[in-house]
Amino acid sequence: MANLKLQLLTELLKILPEAGIIQDEETLRPYECDGLSIYTEMPLMVVLPDSVEQVQKIIRLCSRLETPIVPRGAGTGLSAGAMPHREGVVVSLAKFNRILSIDADARQARVQPGVRNLAISEAAQEYGLYYAPDPSSQIACSIGGNVAENSGGVHCLKYGLTVHNILALEVVTAEGDILRIGNQGYDSCGFDLLSLYIGSEGLLGIVTEITVKLLPVPETTKVVMATFDRVEKAGDAVKQIIAEGIIPAGLEMMDRLAINAAEDFVHAGYPRDTAAMLLCEIDGMAEEVDEHIARVSAVFNKEKAGCIRVAADENERQRLWKGRKAAFPAIGRISPDYYCMDGTIPRSQLTKVLTTIQSLSDIYQLRVANVFHAGDGNLHPLILFDANVAGELEKTEEFGGKILELCVDAGGCITGEHGVGVEKLLQMPYQFDPASLEQFQRVKLACDPQRILNPGKGIPQLKHCQEYRSLSQASVGRHADK
Amino acid sequence: MPISKDISLDLQERVGSAAESKTPLQLIGGNSKEFLGRVPAGEPLMVNAHKGIVDYSPSELVVTARAGTTVSELQNLLAEENQVLGFEPPEFQGQATLGGTLATNLSGPARPWRGSIRDAVLGVRLINGLGEHLRFGGVVMKNVAGYDLSRFQAGAFGTLGIVTEISLKVAPKPAAEQTVCLARDQVSALDLMTKLQNKPVPLSGLLWIDGILYIRFSGAEAAVQSAAKRIGGERLMDKEATEFWMSVREFTHPFFSGPQPLWRYSVKSSCADFDKTPVLIDWGGGLRWTREAASMEPMRQFTEAGNGQVSCYRGGDRQGEVFQPLPPGLMRLHQRLKHAVDPLQLFNPGRLYADL
Repeated sequence: MANLKLQLLTELLKILPEAGIIQDEETLRPYECDGLSIYTEMPLMVVLPDSVEQVQKIIRLCSRLETPIVPRGAGTGLSAGAMPHREGVVVSLAKFNRILSIDADARQARVQPGVRNLAISEAAQEYGLYYAPDPSSQIACSIGGNVAENSGGVHCLKYGLTVHNILALEVVTAEGDILRIGNQGYDSCGFDLLSLYIGSEGLLGIVTEITVKLLPVPETTKVVMATFDRVEKAGDAVKQIIAEGIIPAGLEMMDRLAINAAEDFVHAGYPRDTAAMLLCEIDGMAEEVDEHIARVSAVFNKEKAGCIRVAADENERQRLWKGRKAAFPAIGRISPDYYCMDGTIPRSQLTKVLTTIQSLSDIYQLRVANVFHAGDGNLHPLILFDANVAGELEKTEEFGGKILELCVDAGGCITGEHGVGVEKLLQMPYQFDPASLEQFQRVKLACDPQRILNPGKGIPQLKHCQEYRSLSQASVGRHADK
Repeated sequence: MPISKDISLDLQERVGSAAESKTPLQLIGGNSKEFLGRVPAGEPLMVNAHKGIVDYSPSELVVTARAGTTVSELQNLLAEENQVLGFEPPEFQGQATLGGTLATNLSGPARPWRGSIRDAVLGVRLINGLGEHLRFGGVVMKNVAGYDLSRFQAGAFGTLGIVTEISLKVAPKPAAEQTVCLARDQVSALDLMTKLQNKPVPLSGLLWIDGILYIRFSGAEAAVQSAAKRIGGERLMDKEATEFWMSVREFTHPFFSGPQPLWRYSVKSSCADFDKTPVLIDWGGGLRWTREAASMEPMRQFTEAGNGQVSCYRGGDRQGEVFQPLPPGLMRLHQRLKHAVDPLQLFNPGRLYADL
C-alpha cells in the first residue's frame, strides 16, 4: 500500500501542482463521507484537477495502476455515493466551478460540473430564465452531482428530473477518452446515452461539462396551504388534484411531527394541531394560476381540509416554503440524529404506506417524521434516533430497509432521487431480479472494463445479492420477473 | 379497451432459437415505419401481436401497455379520461405501435414544451439477446435505482432488444387550444419564435412554412385566450387548426411529399445560419426539414459543430448511413453497449448504423 501510494503520488505530481493533491490526514478528513455521514472511509488521497486534460491523465494513470477512482462534487449526496475507497483516489470536481456561457436565445447554458445548482438560476436571472430542477440542497449541491444522481426536487412533477433538463455532456471515460454526448438540439442520433449517464452515480465516467436547458421564469407563482385532521384525507386530496387535470409546480406533504418541528424552528405560520399539511404551488400565466388555485382550493374544501390559506403575497409564500425547506434541519433540532429515506410509490398507495410506516415506527420504537414530494409519490420518512445509544443505529438501518421494501411492495422503488450509493445496495435485489442486475453489470463493464470508477457502489455484485437473499426471507417471491 | 394478448413467452423462445442458430431478427411492429432507418435485415419477427393495456391509473398519470398496442388505441383510451400522450406521436393511419414509437423516438410539434416519448418513459420490460425477460424502471415518476435502461431504448431502433411493455407518464388534455397565424419572412419568424419561447406563455406549437408563422397555445382557457390576444394575428378555426397540426404530425402536409430525399435537422432552436431550401421549421426552430438530392456527407456539414444532428428521414441511399455518423469513440461505446445487451447481434443488425 505504501509503495502504491508513493508511486501514485510521484506520478500525480507530474499531472497536478502540489496544491492540487491532498494527502495529509487532517485535510483529508472532511472527504471521508458525503451527506450520509454514517458511512465513512479515508482515501489514499484527494486530487483537485482544474482541466479536462488533467482529469484525462488522472484517469489514465489510475487505469494503469488499477486504482479505484471516486468522483466527488459538493459532497451533499445522501446515499454515500461519494464515500471514498480506502485504496483509491477521490477526484474532486470542485475547481470546475465556472459557468462557461449562457445562450439566452437558445435557452441553454454550458457549465462546469462543480457549479452550484442555484448559481445557474442566479446567473440566468438577468435573461428571465432559470434552471428548473431544484433539489433541497440546491444552495450547496453541484450540477455535476445532480447529473450523477439524476436529482429531483420540489418541482419534478411539472418540470421533470435532471434527465429531462440536460442537453449535452462532456464525459471522460474510464479509459481516459473524451466523449461528447448529446448536442444543442433536442434529439440525438444513436443510443440515448444521456439517459444512461445521467443517474449513473459516477460509475460510468467523469462528467466535465454540462449543457443545461433553461426555462422562462413563470409570470406568476402562488401557493395554497391546507391542513387535514387525517393523513388519508391529505392523500385523497393529492389524488383529486391530479384527477382535476392540474399539474402543480410543487405538491408537498408534511406530517404532524414535521410541521411542529418546522414551526418551532422558522415560525412559518403553520397551524400546529393537525395531522397533515399540503403545500400546493401553481405557476404560469396569471389567469391560469388564478383559475387553478381556485380549483385546488375547491378540492381541499371538498376533502374537508381544516385550514385553507392562499399566500397573500410573495412574503407569505416564501414563509410557507421556508418551513418546508427547513424541515430537515428542524428535525435535527428535536433528535440527536435522523436518517432520511427516499422511496417512491404510486400516489394511490400513500395512505397505506404511511400507515404501515407508522406501525413499523411503533414496533421499532423509533419516531418517524414525514416530509415529502406528495405530487410524485417520493417519500422522505425521517427516522429519529440517537447514534450514542448502543444498537440504535443498526435498528434504524433495519427499519429503513423495511421502509424501502415496503415501497417496492407498493409498486414503487427504493430510491426516487438520492441514488443507491453504498446505502441501498442491500435493497437492490429486492427491486431487481438477478438477470436484471447482471445486465446492469454488463453495461458497467462495457463502459468501465476494469471497474475502476466508483467500485462498490450503485449496483451490487451478485455474490452479495445471494448472501442478502439467504438472509432475508422477505425477498422470497419478490423478484421483478415473478 | 384494446385487445389484449401476451405472447412474451413465444417471443422469448424465438429469441432463444435465433440465438442458437445465430439468425439475426428484423423486429416488426405495425410496419408503419419500415422506410425509417437503414434498410432492414434479418429474419422478420412480428412483435405487434403482443398488445393490450396492462394497467391504466388516470389519477397516477401513468399507463402501462404492451408494445404492440397501437398509438391510436392508446390515445382513444386516454381520451376517455381527458388525458393524452403529451409528445404527440404520429399514428400513421392507426398502424403505429407504442414499441415502434419508442424505438424511433418520434414526437410531434409539441415536443419542445411537453417532451418526447423518451421523456415520458417511466419503465420498460425488455427481452435481451440472451432471451431473458427483464424489467427496468417502473410505474412511478421518480426512480433512480440502477442504470436507466428504459429511456435508453428511445431511438435505438430495436437494436437493444425486444421491448415488450412500456410504462408512460401521460398528461391531462389541455382545457383549451388556439392557433394563430402571422405573415412573416423566415428571418423575422425565427426571431419572433425565439422571443416567444423566452416568455412564460403556454406554447405548444411554433411552426413556419411558406411565409406563415403558426403559433399554437394550449392550457387553461383564460391563459390561452390572453396569450393569443397579446400576439394578434389571424385565428385559425379549431377544425382547420387541428387538421393543420395533424398534417405535420402525420407527414401528410404537402411539404413532406415529393421524390427528393427528406432530411431532418434537429438543431439549436435559435440557429440563424441554416440556409437550406425548401424548409419547414418546426419546434420553435429546433427542427428543420428540407428536401435535397444529396448524400449524408455534405448534408452533415451544418451540424458538425455540435449545434444539432441530421438524419435522412425518407428516401435517399438507405444502404449508406442515414443518421449522422458517430465519432469513433462514441461508435466504440455503442458497439460495446450493444454487445452488453445483445452479444450475438440478433436484433435489427445495421438498422441504426452499418457497424451496429
